[in-house]
Amino acid sequence: MPYSVLKGKAIKLGDGVSTDDIISGRFAHLRSNLPELARHTLEDAMPSFVSRVKPGDFLVAGKNFGLGSSREHAPVVVKMSGISAILAKSVARIFFRNAINQGMPVLVCDTDKISDNDDLEIDLTNGVVANLTSGVKIDCGKMSPLAISILKEGGLIPYIKKHKDFVITHSSEPYTY
Amino acid sequence: MGKTLAEKILGYKSPDAHTGDIIVGDLDLVFVQDTTGPLVVRQFKESGFHTIAKPQKAIIFLDHAAPSPNRELSNDHMLLRRFAKENGSSIFRIGDGICHQLVAEGFAAPGDVIIGSDSHTVTAGALGAFATGMGSSDTAVALALGKTWLRVPESFLINLVGTFPKGVTGKDLILYLIGQLGADGATYKALEFSGEALAHITMSQRLTIANMAVEAGAKVGLFPSDEVTKDFLAAQRREESYKPIYPDADADYERVISLNLNQLEPMVSLPHTVDNVLPVGKVKGVKIQQAFIGTCTNGRLEDLAMAASILRGKKVHSDVRLLVAPASRQVLMQAIELGYIQSLIEAGAAILPPGCAACLGLHQGILGDGEVCLSTANRNFKGRMGNPEAMIYLASPATAAASAIKGEITDPREVM
Repeated sequence: MPYSVLKGKAIKLGDGVSTDDIISGRFAHLRSNLPELARHTLEDAMPSFVSRVKPGDFLVAGKNFGLGSSREHAPVVVKMSGISAILAKSVARIFFRNAINQGMPVLVCDTDKISDNDDLEIDLTNGVVANLTSGVKIDCGKMSPLAISILKEGGLIPYIKKHKDFVITHSSEPYTY
Repeated sequence: MGKTLAEKILGYKSPDAHTGDIIVGDLDLVFVQDTTGPLVVRQFKESGFHTIAKPQKAIIFLDHAAPSPNRELSNDHMLLRRFAKENGSSIFRIGDGICHQLVAEGFAAPGDVIIGSDSHTVTAGALGAFATGMGSSDTAVALALGKTWLRVPESFLINLVGTFPKGVTGKDLILYLIGQLGADGATYKALEFSGEALAHITMSQRLTIANMAVEAGAKVGLFPSDEVTKDFLAAQRREESYKPIYPDADADYERVISLNLNQLEPMVSLPHTVDNVLPVGKVKGVKIQQAFIGTCTNGRLEDLAMAASILRGKKVHSDVRLLVAPASRQVLMQAIELGYIQSLIEAGAAILPPGCAACLGLHQGILGDGEVCLSTANRNFKGRMGNPEAMIYLASPATAAASAIKGEITDPREVM
């Protein structure tokens, strides 16, 4: 995925969307069959999601997105559905790390300024979301240099294949994630 | 400035680990369970690494689907058994118990840094280990490299005074705290438990409390390694693993919360979020069809002892099924020896094999449409127990046992 500017439509969810909402534990028997598992993405929280999502769309959520289980299957199926980035007011710790490890950008920002179906343009390098529908610009929290470099490689596995180890660079800029 | 517990423990791996730093640290244990493990194996194979860095410090547990309820999960178990054979890691058997309980009984030591591919890996924080859950990619890379990266978290100090009143347990304490903090109140933080009350908080209760730290979003829930830790390790014949670890008196905390145990009541978490917490008195009378005592939160000997003491000589309500799943083989054997299992069976309980059982909706107690379960587990998300049309309430084993007798959510103090 190019680490630059993304364009797409918002699919809006509420607060506290758990990993069970994203991909329920009752489908654990499908976890070794990811295409089949992905058919159940967000089934309980937004039954229309799978038929509605288009490649490049953004998942836009409220507080504490992805709370709960460590199942990386949650960002895996979100990515498989075509979603190109996740925006939320706040993100649960394990989900955030899993999403980055899957090469899925996660931006923490005030998603009250985004409505369902809004057209968005995301500048990943500068961490700015432009809401093209409303004309509002939204600043996002800063990611650590390590998270950014994992994301740039397309996820942790490609990152490790390339670097064979973690390469830590220290940043003078404060970051929140 | 002194060090928090988180800074001290991570400091063993990376000197001068300060809050906010990103460190790379050697791992004392990396483990996987059966529902996230197969993706770990696939990611590991994709990473280009062919061997586990430290096979003696890698463990595979089969606990979430134990025994497997269908062919797909049986095939996943086969994949994990094959991986263990190929790489020399240990693998536990079906019926040995839940990963977090087995890690506490036999592996976690004060000062360890542990990661597991399960969010409740935080349980081992009760022993003064920096233990945290990660996804499959991180766990795969941890197996390959024997290390991981961590951001040293800010800490909240939870200062505990007093003693638990009758019928009130560590579960009620942590439910109360999550209710106060909210499900995201401690996101990315370490919860560090402290105070004079710790001398009276058993390892069993500490494991329950640390287990649920993640339900407030925390990265770890840490207890100091003290005399209680020492006695627990001695009882597990692991005296040599003990070392005392305390935070410095002048450590810097982002937030300090004080709780008086004497003022706590039995608490209940209502559907569908863990932080939706009320005292049992505000929820009593809600009819239940299933009560479930077990899990990495409350399947230990002390939990079964409390349930047995309430149910002894009584009968489970005719409209209720009571499921009991001991957290490990050791717990089950001790509970048999001490007569708890007999009391529970005589009262009408169904005993399930040690494992995660009904907790996550794969098998052994999936709820019907509109049914209500009072569970001692750690999560009540919609659909968690296999049916999005069902309702899950969370409480202590005492509240679950009392409610199983009455057929409705009941204050355990009424039957004790």
